[in-house]
Amino acid sequence: MTPLLQVNNIEKNYGARLGCKDVSFDLYPGEVMGIVGESGSGKSTLLNCLAGHLEPDTGEVLFNTRIEGMRDTLKMSEPERRMLARTDWAFVHQNARDGLRMGISAGGNMGERLMAVGDRHYGQIRTQATEWLEKVEISEERIDDRPSAFSGGMQQRLQIARNLITGPRLVFMDEPTGGLDVSVQARLLDLIRSLVRELGLSAIIVTHDLAVVRLLADRLMVMKSGHVVESGLTDQVLDDPQDAYTQLLVSSVLQV
Amino acid sequence: MSEYNFAYLDEQTKRMIRRAILKGLAIPGYQVPFASREMPMPYGWGTGGVQVSAACLMPEDVLKVIDQGADDTNNAVSIRKFFEKTANVETTAATSEATLIQTRHRIPEEDLTEDQILVYQVPIPEPLRFLEPRETETRKMHALEEYGLMYVKLYEDISQHGQIATSYSYPLKIEGRYVMDPSPIPKFDNPKMEMSAIQLFGAGREQRIYAVPPYTKAVSLDFEDYPFEAMKADGCCALCGADHTYLDEVIIDDDGGRMFVCSDTDYCESRRAAGHVGAQATPQNQEAAAS
Repeated sequence: MTPLLQVNNIEKNYGARLGCKDVSFDLYPGEVMGIVGESGSGKSTLLNCLAGHLEPDTGEVLFNTRIEGMRDTLKMSEPERRMLARTDWAFVHQNARDGLRMGISAGGNMGERLMAVGDRHYGQIRTQATEWLEKVEISEERIDDRPSAFSGGMQQRLQIARNLITGPRLVFMDEPTGGLDVSVQARLLDLIRSLVRELGLSAIIVTHDLAVVRLLADRLMVMKSGHVVESGLTDQVLDDPQDAYTQLLVSSVLQV
Repeated sequence: MSEYNFAYLDEQTKRMIRRAILKGLAIPGYQVPFASREMPMPYGWGTGGVQVSAACLMPEDVLKVIDQGADDTNNAVSIRKFFEKTANVETTAATSEATLIQTRHRIPEEDLTEDQILVYQVPIPEPLRFLEPRETETRKMHALEEYGLMYVKLYEDISQHGQIATSYSYPLKIEGRYVMDPSPIPKFDNPKMEMSAIQLFGAGREQRIYAVPPYTKAVSLDFEDYPFEAMKADGCCALCGADHTYLDEVIIDDDGGRMFVCSDTDYCESRRAAGHVGAQATPQNQEAAAS
């Protein structure tokens, strides 16, 4: 089976400071990969390099495109990469405000991605937006409300709907549950899990919350100071951590 | 006259503006940056349009200036006087006699010809501005032809008002490439933009010039199920009886009395001169009603 995403030797430095180094992995269709680590460990740098928001110093990010097969997204032209970013890729920001247009209604926010790929039929856009609102458990009557009138959890769900409406194959998530209270977090996780399974999405989820990866991720990469210190199946890494840092991380989880 | 260079601006500046205009004409709808000068009038009064006009004016030109269709409103009068003083060109109110027309927010009703130039005053040249505040981003969107966001505005209109409620500054796609803000002309005028005259747009504060060459395709954006519609007030001009022109609504008393009159005053007057009489027209007392 060809991997959907193949990452080879990504390195990113911020001047003399290291962002991340020697990161390589393959992601297969339908697979969810978790990246965990403490603050400043290079998780977000890595994710931004993969999603094309940052340019890594070295390395390759090969994506299995629908038409041309494996392509290095870093060598793509900007129009191609932006096209990819709004069709086959999706990026869920930690803060919903970064991923939504706050001055535009929920329906408009979802419709934007459809219109960006050439949808020009209001009725169809509206129907799809309504369907997706239902999928992310937001009442249909809120479709014309602005995201600023939504709660944090709803904003995050709306952001997810906006991202998934064009049927992407790969979703990047940067701390999707950050800043939400635990009950809302649980609901959101449940939602993401069912959507990922239902749609057969591949996803890369960056988080510092081990519970999130336990629930969502098939595989896990643990990062520390810009390096990957351990990787493997999620349950294997969490139940039997080998690296000293991973052991520390797993044992630091508060038990209620 | 000798106190001013012809048409106020110095020759170097005019040259710079002409280069921007030529570039604009070569790339229809593309916003060309230019080094806008301070003009002896406030921003928002047509400093961009005035600079474009100044760069295009020749001593033999006949100038017409209109403001919301009217030749006799404040903005139009002051700009006309400005060029009378600084360029000593002949001025006129008659659309067909003018070779250069500077306009604020209207296209004349009468068809323009290949010998004419229409200069628009533009407050905000960027059609995406209210949706995307970052200039770097909007430029990139134009460069990469990413116009999905423009439709979001139309989507919002329909979802809130049941129809595309944008009634002025209605975005158009020029020659299948650039999406352009036509300056705040009513969308009634949008179909007229495929015309024989050269159309130039000057935004002084925003320092942009753009252009639509003659016979260039200008398509108003719309949805398949909500097609573009050129709208005007329902009614006829009370003075000349025209039912095919863009109408202004005029409140005439404190009891809700109102009348519709042509916004293009020159067109209205020429129709009345030709013998057309509207419902409320009193042929002897025309001037008072028209204002």
